[in-house]
Amino acid sequence: MNAPGSVGIVRPQSLHFDRPLELASGARLEGYDLCFETYGELDASRSNAVLVCHALNASHHVAGTYAGQARSAGWWDNLVGPGKPLDTRRFFVIGVNNLGSCFGSTGPMSPDPATGRPYGASFPMVTVEDWVRSQARLADALGIERFAAVIGGSLGGMQALSWAIQFPARVRNCLAIATTARLSAQNIAFNDVARSAIQADPDFHGGDFYSHGVVPRRGLRVARMIGHITYLSGDDMSERFGRSLSKEGYGYGFGAEFEVESYLRYQGDKFSEYFDANTYLLITRALDYFDPARDTGGDLVRALAPATARFLLVSFTTDWRFSPERGRELAQALVANGREVVYAEIDAPHGHDAFLLDDARYHRLVGAYFDRIASGAA
Amino acid sequence: MLRRDLALIAQWIEPGARVLDLGCGDGTLLAHLRDTQRCSGYGIEISDSEVLACTRRGVSVMQADLESGLRMFADDMFDTVVLSQTLQAMRHVELVLAEMVRVARRGIVSFPNFGHWRHAVSLLGGRMPVTPEIPYQWYDTPNIHLCTPRDFELLAARLGLRITDRTLLARARPVAVLPSLRATVALYRFEKR
Repeated sequence: MNAPGSVGIVRPQSLHFDRPLELASGARLEGYDLCFETYGELDASRSNAVLVCHALNASHHVAGTYAGQARSAGWWDNLVGPGKPLDTRRFFVIGVNNLGSCFGSTGPMSPDPATGRPYGASFPMVTVEDWVRSQARLADALGIERFAAVIGGSLGGMQALSWAIQFPARVRNCLAIATTARLSAQNIAFNDVARSAIQADPDFHGGDFYSHGVVPRRGLRVARMIGHITYLSGDDMSERFGRSLSKEGYGYGFGAEFEVESYLRYQGDKFSEYFDANTYLLITRALDYFDPARDTGGDLVRALAPATARFLLVSFTTDWRFSPERGRELAQALVANGREVVYAEIDAPHGHDAFLLDDARYHRLVGAYFDRIASGAA
Repeated sequence: MLRRDLALIAQWIEPGARVLDLGCGDGTLLAHLRDTQRCSGYGIEISDSEVLACTRRGVSVMQADLESGLRMFADDMFDTVVLSQTLQAMRHVELVLAEMVRVARRGIVSFPNFGHWRHAVSLLGGRMPVTPEIPYQWYDTPNIHLCTPRDFELLAARLGLRITDRTLLARARPVAVLPSLRATVALYRFEKR
């Protein structure tokens, strides 16, 4: 076996869909593009496809690098590639950018065919269920009737769950990592603070800032800073930054004196340069709205009853944003439905972000699960 | 080849049963029951490496400690719940036994017999026993609730559990003569009265 490696240079593809997509809100998208990447080869029986669903700020660029671009590795490059836990020598892996995002699929930055101008604030609200239905059309177009697995972390995990519920016959295995069947009030509150920061930025212009030639950077920056705090654990922050100061001694002012401040501001600045404010609003709202048990009077057991896939659920002990309690709740509901499920709680210090890191126990587990899928046993 | 005490446990489980294995280790028993007796089941296991081993075998497993793990299951979800070689390490023995008959109709437990004659000899010599079944020093043992078959039977009676089967083993074989002194391992099957 070769050392685990990269899928190498990759190129995004795009497909246009003409058939209107009816959305949960009642609105519809007349036509749309989906941007995606694939790695590995689809086998003759078309049974080795794995769909990777992305979280808030990620995209279809899951693995590999772009030609001539330094530091362009995909967001889950440590998990996906030849010899990696999701081994592209055995699986045909698809990453797809969600509708409403800002990395190539149709979203608020795209021109509205009706006006020729960017959708901006008029881009319809999209939900996790809407995304999954659009992804199903991509699967149709690629000739994939049934996925060997659908995998995602965080918001991506919600999509994996929604796949298992909405299209049970099309999902053999569902890998839902660091996720929940519904956000807590605290989570929704954080999202609201982030959205408020964006909406309060004078450069936001009610979402139609494109025509003003500005970007609500300050709002995006604060949104990212607050989000970032919630993705890390308190212990991890103490460990990384403690009370360290950038310069010796206090400055007796309000600049970024503590290391943690410099770090957050840097993260916020970087984010505000590439992320779209409307997308941030839409995606955090999709997070808030996801609640499959809403249709079953709050009963998660009944909500998950249609799902027939085998499940791997992974939680991280220090993840307080999508805590192990939520993972256990999901596991419990699946067990009550008699589903096959592995529920693992990884004792990792990195909070919610742990799902993106290469903790050996976590990756071994995901690798073992995929080995079993590849062997045909699952 | 299944470990002898697990094989005996498997014999007490009817084909097609829904089984919960508490502290299921690498999933050997559950995989065996699935492959040979068409049983479906779940394990509860705390260790990362054992959860990984279960995953490799395709055994459903919840990573949790037993006491919080049991809370994940609704009443009467299982036909049989197994607690193999773990009872003596539980903090709340009574609670665990009560939980076992809450989630399942029947329970099976196995534990080392503290009443084995060699333990008595060791104690008479002034030392805590260290044997293949209880291979720990007094200061590092996870076994905080060691008991004898008689002790267990008294507790079972007090908790309203009806013992339906009992096997006392030495060197993995049933012992007929002086079992409470000669058996190293006790195996019980019980149900709610």
